This record gives sequence, C-alpha cells and structure tokens, in this order.
Amino acid sequence: MPSVLNQLYFSDRYNELLDSAGQARPHWQALLAQLESEAPATMRKRVEAVQRQVRDNGVTYNVYADTHGVQRPWDLDVLPLIIPQDEWQHISASVAQRATLLNHVLLDVYGEQHLLTSGQLPPALIYGHNGFLPSSVGIPHYDNIALHHYAVDLARAPNGQWWVVSDRTQGPTGAGYALENRTIISSAFPELFRDLNIERLSGFFASMRDSLAHWGHRVADNQARTVPGIAALGQGEPPLVVILTPGPYNETYHEQSFLAGYLGYPLVQGSDLTVRQGVVWLKTIAGLKPVHAILRRIDDDYCDPLELNAESLLGVAGLTQAARLGNVVIANALGANLLQSGALLGFLPHICKSLLGEPLRMPSVATWWCGEPAALDYVIAHLDDLVIKPAYPQVRSSPIFGEDLNPSQKESLIAKLRAQPDHYIAQEQVDISHAPVLIGHQQQTHLGSLAVSLRVYAFATPNGYAVLPGGLSRVASGKDARVVTMQRGGTSKDTWVLSHDSQPPFSLLRKTNSSQDLVRENAYLSSRMAENLFWYGRYSVRNLQKAMMLRATIRALVEYTPEMRDGEWKTMQSLCQWFDLLPSPEDEEALASWQPWTDDDLEPLLIEAVFSQQSSGLATSVQQLFQQAFNLRERISNDHWRTVNVLSRLFITRHQHASLQDALSHIEQAINHFVTLTGFAMDWMTRDLGWRFMSLGRRIERLQFMCVLLSRAIAMPQHSNLEWLLQVTNNLVTYRARYASQPEWLPVLDLLLMDANNPNSVVFQMKGLVKYLEEMDAQDNAGGIASELNDCWQALLQLDPDQCFTVGNATLAAWLNQTYAVTLNLSDRLSLRFFSYASPLVTHRQ
Amino acid sequence: MRYQVEHQTVYHYDTSVTQSQQLLHMMPRQTDFQHCVSYTLACEPQPAEHSQRLDFFGNHNDYFTMLTPHQSLAVLSRFQVDIQPRPTMVALTQSPAWEAAQAALQLQATKHLTAAPFIYATAKVKCSEALASFARHCFTPQRPLLEAAMALTQHIYAEFEFDPQATDISTPLDEVLKGRRGVCQDFAHLMIGALRSLGLACRYVSGYILTHPPAGQPRLVGADASHAWVSVYCPVYGWVDFDPTNNCLVQQDHITVAWGRDFSDVSPMRGVVLGGGQQQLAVNVTVTPLE
Repeated sequence: MPSVLNQLYFSDRYNELLDSAGQARPHWQALLAQLESEAPATMRKRVEAVQRQVRDNGVTYNVYADTHGVQRPWDLDVLPLIIPQDEWQHISASVAQRATLLNHVLLDVYGEQHLLTSGQLPPALIYGHNGFLPSSVGIPHYDNIALHHYAVDLARAPNGQWWVVSDRTQGPTGAGYALENRTIISSAFPELFRDLNIERLSGFFASMRDSLAHWGHRVADNQARTVPGIAALGQGEPPLVVILTPGPYNETYHEQSFLAGYLGYPLVQGSDLTVRQGVVWLKTIAGLKPVHAILRRIDDDYCDPLELNAESLLGVAGLTQAARLGNVVIANALGANLLQSGALLGFLPHICKSLLGEPLRMPSVATWWCGEPAALDYVIAHLDDLVIKPAYPQVRSSPIFGEDLNPSQKESLIAKLRAQPDHYIAQEQVDISHAPVLIGHQQQTHLGSLAVSLRVYAFATPNGYAVLPGGLSRVASGKDARVVTMQRGGTSKDTWVLSHDSQPPFSLLRKTNSSQDLVRENAYLSSRMAENLFWYGRYSVRNLQKAMMLRATIRALVEYTPEMRDGEWKTMQSLCQWFDLLPSPEDEEALASWQPWTDDDLEPLLIEAVFSQQSSGLATSVQQLFQQAFNLRERISNDHWRTVNVLSRLFITRHQHASLQDALSHIEQAINHFVTLTGFAMDWMTRDLGWRFMSLGRRIERLQFMCVLLSRAIAMPQHSNLEWLLQVTNNLVTYRARYASQPEWLPVLDLLLMDANNPNSVVFQMKGLVKYLEEMDAQDNAGGIASELNDCWQALLQLDPDQCFTVGNATLAAWLNQTYAVTLNLSDRLSLRFFSYASPLVTHRQ
Repeated sequence: MRYQVEHQTVYHYDTSVTQSQQLLHMMPRQTDFQHCVSYTLACEPQPAEHSQRLDFFGNHNDYFTMLTPHQSLAVLSRFQVDIQPRPTMVALTQSPAWEAAQAALQLQATKHLTAAPFIYATAKVKCSEALASFARHCFTPQRPLLEAAMALTQHIYAEFEFDPQATDISTPLDEVLKGRRGVCQDFAHLMIGALRSLGLACRYVSGYILTHPPAGQPRLVGADASHAWVSVYCPVYGWVDFDPTNNCLVQQDHITVAWGRDFSDVSPMRGVVLGGGQQQLAVNVTVTPLE
C-alpha cells in the first residue's frame, strides 16, 4: 500500500498520525512501514479477518430503537489508535487522580456533606440530580471506596492536549469490548503486536479480580461475625462475586456475559438473588449461597424495589439494607450515578485543591453550569461557540450546537435556559483530533481520518486506582462528526499504549499450589441458569427433530409420485402439524374430516416451514435456540457459541422464491450444525450439575418425540412404508446393516424401542433419564422424581415383542400414551423443584 | 391534645406468598409540637426479621420480612401522641415577599441547607410552566410568602373536588391539574409542584387528621384514613404547614408521621412479595381524641 499519506485528508485539527509538517509522528512509523510494505491484498485479508472474527465471536451491541432485531454487530476498525508511553503516563496519572477525587466527592455527599456546608458545591448539583439517593446516605464503605469502577471520555484539542469530556460512574461500560477489540486486532497484526511492546490489558482485569476478592473477604468476615448461621470462608475458599445484569435485552449484554466468562463470575439477574437476614443470597440448585460482592450493571435506582424505584423488576428487594449492614460490596455503590453530571465539571478544580491538596492534572472541557446567574449570562452571550447539554441524566435533551441555530431557534433556546437554568450546562465546542481510519469495502478501501475520542477505565484497589493501559477508542461515523457515541452508530478501535519495557505474557489464571486448591465442581449453579440449560437442551433436540421431519417429508414429496406413497403419507403430514411446521385443523370437526394436502398445495407450505420468520417453522425455531444460547453465553465455549451463531445466520436472511432444493440444502446444513452442537453437548462440556439439567432437557424432549412418533406410526395401515420412521430417528443405517430387507414392523419397532445399545431408541433414553433422576433424588432432595419414569421403564422391559410390537397393538399404544404423560409431568416437577426460585417479584405500595 | 391512632392494613392474596419484605413509615416523628407517647406494631404472620432505623429525612422506618407462606398479611400500628398548638397565625402577613424567599434559596443556598432537598422536581412531582402559572394566581408580585401559600391552599380547596374515584397513586400531576379532582395526596402533590415550579422549598407530610362526626352521632371506628399535606419553607419562620384538602393552616387536629420530597419517600407501607397473584387491600384508620 504505497504512499498512504497522500490519501489523507488534512484539517486544522490535531492529527493523531501526522505532525504539522505532514510527517508521520514517530510512534506510528512501525505501523505505517508495515502498511506501506505490504500489498493491498494483504491488508484486505486483515480487514476480512477482523470482520469475520467479530461476526463469529458474536460481538454485538444491542440498540433499543433497532427494529431489525436486537442484535447489531460490533463495528471495529482494523487500525488501532496508538499512544506513546510518556503521553500515556500523563493520561493514566490524571485518570487515577480524577477517580480518587470523585470517590472523595461521593463519600462526602453521602456522608458529612462538608462540600455543601462549606459552599464548595451548590446543593442544586446534588438535590436537583435524580441520581441522588437519600437511602444511600450514611452507608459505610470498606476502605472508603464507593466508586470502584470508573470510566472517563477524553478528547484531544488542536494544541495536542487531552481534555476530559465526561465522567462515567453509573456502570462504566466498554472495558469488555476493549478487551475483545484487543483479542481481534492483535491477531490481525501478530508481528507488529509482538515487536512494538504494547501494554497488555489482562493485568488490569487481574487486579480488578484481586480487589473484589479483597473486599469480598472483608464482607465474608463481617457476615461471619454478625449473622447467625454464616460461617467464615474456609482456607482458600474464594468470596462469591457476581455480575448483576438487567438481562439479554440490555445494550451491552454481550459485554456483560463476556466479562462474566473472562473473570469467572456468575452472571445473575435480580431474580437470582434474594435478601434475608440482611445478606444477599444467590439462589442455586444446591440452596442459598451468601454473595459477597456485586459488580452491578443495573442503574442504581433500579437496584432495590423496596427502597428505590418500586416499579423496577430488575433489582433485588432489600439490597440497600444489606449494603447498609456491610454485608455486601456493590461496585459501584448505590448512588454513584450522582457524579455523572456535566454540572460538576466546573467545580472540580477547586474541590481537587481543597480535598487532595494538589491541582487537577487534566482539565475538563470548559463548562458552564447555567444554574449560576453569571454563567447563564455568559452562555447566552456566547451561544454560537457553545454546545448546550443537559446538566443531569434525567433531563432528556440531545446536545445542541449554538452555531446551528437560526435566530428564532436561538430565542426559544434562550427562553428554555432562562426557565430552568439549573437543568443545562454549556461546553466549549472543541475541534477534537482526527485518527486514521480504513474506509470503504473490499477493493475500494482507502485511508481516511475521523474525529476520535478515547474512553479510559480505572478500578479501585486497596492501594489506589489501577488504570487500564489502553481503552475504547471510538470514531464518529455518522454525519455529525462532532458527536461520538456507539448508540448513534460509531466505529470502535483498539488502543495501543506503547511501552519501553518488554511485556511478559500474562494470564488471568491463578497459580494453583496444592491439590487442596483444585476445584472439581462449579460451586454455583443458579436456578435460572439451570432452567436455561434445561430449555437449551430441549430446544436443541426439538430443532434437530424438526429438521429431520422436514427433510423426510420433503424427500418423500420429491422422490415419490402420489401413487407410490401409502398410509404413511398422512401420518408424516400430521407429525409436521404436531411440530407446527404445517397449519393444523382448527377444531375437532376439522380434524376429523382432515385430508392430506395435494403435492401442489404442500410444496409452498413446506418451503414456508423452512424459511418463514413469521410462522413457527424451522427459521423461527432456530432463532429461539439462538436466544436460549444467548442467555447461556458465559456457560458455553467460544467454539460452541460460534456454531450457534453460524446456524442462526443461515436463516436470518429472507429467501425470496426459494425452491424445495434450496429448502433441502438449508436443512442439510442446519442438521450438520445441530449435530455439531450435539457433539459439544456430549463430548465438550464438563458433566457437572448444569450439564445434567441440559441432558435432562435433551432426553425428555427426545422421549416425548419418540412417544408421539410411535403412537402415530402404529396407527398406520399395516402395509405402510416404514423407511421414513428410520430416517427421522436416524436409524436407517443400523437397520440396513442388520436386516437386508425392506423395513418390517417387528424389527423396526424393536430397534426403535428396545435396543439398549442404540442411542436412538426409547429404552436408551429412558435408562439415562432414570439414572440422572435417581442421582437427583439421592443428592438434591428431588423428592422421588425418578419413580414414575422408572415404572414406565420397567413396564417397557416387560413387554413381549412378539405380542406387542405389531401395528395397532393396544398395549403398546397405552404404554406410549402413559409414558408421554409422565414426561410432561416430569418437566413440571423439575420446574417446581428447581426453577421456581426464579419466579418474578411483585411490588405493592399503599 | 392527646390522640390515639390505630392503623390497620390487610392484604389478601389469591395464591400463597412465600416471601414478603415490607418497609413501613408508620411511627410518628417527634417534632417541636408533637411528642410520641407510645408506639406498637403487630404483624400477622409473625415476621422472621424486624429492624428499625431513622432515614435521611429523620423519619422512623420499620423493615420486616415474612418467610412463612401466607395468603393474608395484617399489620396493625397503634400509637399515642401529644400535640401542642402551633404559633403560626401571625407569621402569614409578616413573612418576607415570596421573591425574596426564592432568591435566598438560590443565592444563599448554604445558609438554607435544610430546605435544599425540597426545592427540586422529583420523578413523581415534575415542575412545569403550567404549574408555575397556576401558582402565580396567588403568588402575585411581592406578596408575603406565607400569605400567598395560604391563598394557594384556599384556591386549591375552592377549585378542586375531593373524589377518591378520580385518581390513584399513579395518576400524573398534569391530569390532576386538568381534571380538577383528586384526594389529599393529589392536592398535596399539586401544591408542591406549583410551589417548586416557582423555585420555593416545600415538603410532603404524611399523617392523620381528626375528623368530626356529624352532631349527635358517635365516632365511627375505622372511618378515618391516612392524610397528607404540605409544609412550606420560610427563610424567616422555618417550616409552616398548610392543608389544601381542608383549607386550613395545620394546627392541633393534624398528627404528623413522616415527611419527604413527595409521597414515594414516605408511603406508609411498601413491599415486595414472592408469589401471591392478585391482591386485595383493606385499610382501616381510627383517630380517637383522648382528652
């Protein structure tokens, strides 16, 4: 890619890549040399690799307003933002100082309020902000840390100086995306990454984990001291830290599940937790486990329906009281949203000197809070140079650029400011710096430059704040380059901080010193997670069976003429109806007179059953499976997840004018993926308690299908073709190997019902089910859950094949109906015993 | 005056409740004019846990948790208070102009910190130009603050109809202002919204009021209800209470339980239950003068 620099757009802003003479800055030279030395095709390959990895890893960002489904792929530019070491040292020290300062402010406002009584902070900034939570006043904090996790948006002005644009204290998002960006970009430039000594990110997350464990131990000590019945943590026993998520529809759910997996914390929803004795407990299959620290991603006023927003269904009733008693560390403390206010910026330099005794290291973009009369006058007089923003998050308003307004718009803005001056701030409009970006697609890529902002993360440790050496860089891709947000559709970048020292490879895995530290069982399986795993198991099998049924039906339609088909044809169609793949008769009367479709009528219905996103066909079913897998994201491996992702994409586009052949080829591909998923389930997942719930789901689903299939099959006429029965149960190969003849009733039924070595037989599925259920009775007080099915199993073994394995046999039909009823009941009993903890809360107020 | 108050709350649930957490604001505050002589709280079923604290506003909070499955929950709060007369009548005409009070709150905020939590809009009580102009009907230029507040109290009483069917706890203020109907809670919120829209400080007070049965008839048990009114901050005289539902300055007939920015800070009983299905609520309040 020769002479890339000539393609660059020059502007009067600071350019991250070029100096004022148009020469590349020294810290970019290695990357530039690489770009210039390689062929355009190589670069294209890098870009494609990045896009593929984003897609396959399923990195997404949900947008609430997105009507095209909740999932949106993460947008990642292949070029990183590079920051030299000395510059980074300044940024890092400034961010750590700012976090320290804001933590002090938070402690003071919810504590002694010295800043208010001494007049250093106008009370309006506290009491006028909906983020002020009176119930948080007086809550004690371990090591005086209330702001554990902090993020700040920085931008660079034309003079090269970095400025603070805004503070993020509610639930600072994006550190997980920064980590994923790093994983993807470092594999796109492996050589450069090695040679440049780029600061690693994993150390930051390790210290985050250590800090939470430190405070978790303090909490555990407090619980053991003050709560009857709670023992101290054992030697080497880690405190329980959870990530509290609003759920899969939250815009950053992907990041939350990724972080949960990376840090090894359970990802829980409010309904997974309960407060008793002033302690937060996780509802697990094995009973209630005390929680010690919560990394919350729910807005603080939604965290406790008892004391905060009563309409919230996301939170945990009593959480505030647990925090008050020192029985849980919440990161960040309830009430931290208060700091997320532009109005605070102008007061920080003074407060920094008074609280920390040192000047603020990094300035904020010049900001005026209109609540001060003098500031309001200034803002009105200089409207053209300013951006008007809300002072508090509860004020809903997009940034307004004074220069964009015509005289009458300006009049109405001024009236608005005068009416409620304390609701607005004005910020100087900064021409933020430009960073190089690869623009365009495929053959057409070229270098461009776009406005860039940098989000930097800090996490508290008992010895001060650790700063992530890197961060989430974002460039504006929308029309308005003055506003950079991911919600408006921006592109992200990896951020490379150069280091003089070589970076030792670092792993988050801890050193295990003795066999006592070994962990052989995941300690915590929440009721909700068990339920998700159970349903994931059921959906996986249901999808595979739907696909097998559709394939057999389409093949019969394509390969046989109507005359060649027999009694089985009506049964196959009715089974498709049972799966909701074909429309069912509406009532009993219609059912009685129902006749199979003609071939011409059936063809479009079957195509619809494969592709339609509206009906309950295969495509819809696959999306349900995807959703279920999404709920389990942190429990399944990346490879497993990738298969689910690829499967879901197979059906995501609408197929116009699809033919039966297209339908068949899609089914074949889907079946391949389903079988891969089965492989993950059987051979790749640890056989812990969670796996057992998934397996129960798989086997119950399979047994139900076999019961329905066989009871309808034995109602067919004697001379019906039985080959399809072997096809949909995946028994054709076995049958042919054993019997070199057309399928006959007795051997077919024996293979499908009684062959204990055949995983596709009823008896095989039952045996495994009974075994798991008996284990649950023995270990988990399941209350005799195995007995009914055990009875069915024994009854099956008593059936005489010669007598019962015949078409229309009443004994066999009765046994199939009974077993089907038992599986339905079994599913209900499992829910009642193990999943009912997860039922939602109801709030009331008088 | 000494009063005895009994406040009984009963919830009936369609299905069994397995866990119930409740937060109560039922115990009366001590104030300059009020002394709580005794207070007892009884619950059925028996709570597994019970704790008490003073909240940010200085109100008494009772927390309790029930873990025995139940289909009804009964809470009975019973207390006696002594109430002294309030010397507030003189203050009305001699209070500073309301504009001066507003300026003091804005420009000398540090001096009036106790009023600071009560100046701003809340999620429940929003400020608006409509509310401000409603207030200006009484808050004419340079009118003494407390005289204007009394006028607003009378104005609400005259213009609005008491109608328990018209609203519930989720009815927004705009609708109350348009519909001109509501209950004590709506009128208190309306007055608060109007005053705060002018930049004045005021708080929501929850409590009880002595009702007088028609002449010759006995006092009915359980016929009373929780009540709510408004306390206005005057930079000179401090907090002065007005009752827009009864068109009066608060004197010895009002029993104060708790105060906050709006109803949601002081609701007598709020809770979260696991299970239960549909629920029915019955409340009985009896206020008895003992002297």
